[in-house]
Amino acid sequence: MEIKNDRMYTKSHEWVLFENDTTATVGLSDFAQSELGDLVFVNLPQVGDAVTAGETFADVESVKTVSDVFSPVTGTVAAVNEALNDAPQKINEDAYGAWLAKVENITGKEELMDAAAYQAFIEK
Amino acid sequence: MSETETPLKTPLYAMHVEHGGKIVPFAGYLLPVQYEAGVMKEHQAVRENVGLFDVSHMGEVLFAGPDALANLQHLLCNDFISLQDGRVRYSPMLNAQGGVIDDVLVYRFTPEKYLMVVNAANRHKDVKHILSEQIGNVKITDISDTLCQLALQGPNAEALLKTLVPETNIPQKYYSFLADISVGGVSCLVSRTGYTGEDGFEFYAPAGDAIRLFNVLFEAGKPFGLQLCGLGCRDTLRMEAAMPLYGHEMDDTVSPLETGLGRYVKMEKPNYIGKQALLAASEPHRARIGLKMVGRGIAREHFPVYAGDTQVGHTTSGTFCPTVGPVAMALVDAKHQTVGEKLSVEIRGSRVEAEIVPLPFYSRKK
Repeated sequence: MEIKNDRMYTKSHEWVLFENDTTATVGLSDFAQSELGDLVFVNLPQVGDAVTAGETFADVESVKTVSDVFSPVTGTVAAVNEALNDAPQKINEDAYGAWLAKVENITGKEELMDAAAYQAFIEK
Repeated sequence: MSETETPLKTPLYAMHVEHGGKIVPFAGYLLPVQYEAGVMKEHQAVRENVGLFDVSHMGEVLFAGPDALANLQHLLCNDFISLQDGRVRYSPMLNAQGGVIDDVLVYRFTPEKYLMVVNAANRHKDVKHILSEQIGNVKITDISDTLCQLALQGPNAEALLKTLVPETNIPQKYYSFLADISVGGVSCLVSRTGYTGEDGFEFYAPAGDAIRLFNVLFEAGKPFGLQLCGLGCRDTLRMEAAMPLYGHEMDDTVSPLETGLGRYVKMEKPNYIGKQALLAASEPHRARIGLKMVGRGIAREHFPVYAGDTQVGHTTSGTFCPTVGPVAMALVDAKHQTVGEKLSVEIRGSRVEAEIVPLPFYSRKK
């Protein structure tokens, strides 16, 4: 299970990579994609949507289940990874490259863990 | 069994864990939903190559004695008079109201000895019903716990089996079987049956030989690239083949005529449980249809189906199927069966367009 040191993680297994204090990219951790299994559908937010830390902003579906994706930050959606609409399996192939959304105007965030803390969290 | 009871393990539980199976409770058993390859690859292996499933959770009930056939004729709506030794036949088992208690396979060994294979989740309900309806001179025994069952499925299943047994010991016709066949030293009933829409075999053997049989098939499968397969792809494979699943396409309240099983209901048979109710009922007002999603979204089971703004039924099974994409089966008002008609499925509050398509979604090339 890969955990990248360059970013932060939520308890609900999203990653967030800050460009600066108010802009960040969000995705699902390698642990999350592994638990979900083969992803076959993503429902992404729209550019301009307001997202709130700890609240659902997207969902992903595997053959078996639907899972909500929670936003690690409060802000505005600046971009979404449209390529995932036709190829949700990119999340399985490269969880840290297959970002879901870029969020700007960030005013708040979830309780976040660094890589070491996240490693300890998923081993519990 | 209730959900509070401890799930049971099949004799192959340790093998699933050893081979990286992701274990989930299903029908009272702990079984792998998938292995490390994942549902998509496991599904594809069965469509293109060969896969191995543990289906030991299935139940088996033996009927032996001069009135064995009379009991089956009474319990089941298909006709077993013409079933020959070494052949298998499918049937719904109905309640007095004409609803479906379970759907079963019947194997005939001799005119006085039959094996009925039932769904794991229904086993105890079925056995209680069967015993309460018992007639004449017959011994009915639930032998589920004494057996394991493995399914070898896919276009290369026969080639693999040929490396283990002489060709004369391989059942040639679909829905035929041979008993007491040695497969790598394990005595098996081998039947040419399955739940995937592909060619393949099911093996019934003593529970104590399960690991040995699994290893024999697993080792023989290595040159073929045999894939271990879990419940996840078992569901997507049977969905594509439009094979009904108890609790989804049918239950105690659904008539077999509504859910597209009419060809297994023999109205010319003198009598059986449920026949009077089916005769008394009007033409079925519901039908099972296939839906392919047109809009973006995946329909799951029990989602409402609309024609315009009117709800006309609900989905019974639905998922993303690896070979055919997002599809669903639905029980809808019988007026809506025309291939090409546009309906919609309500997916978490939004209506998503879907088109009626013929069933099955997938047929193998013969």
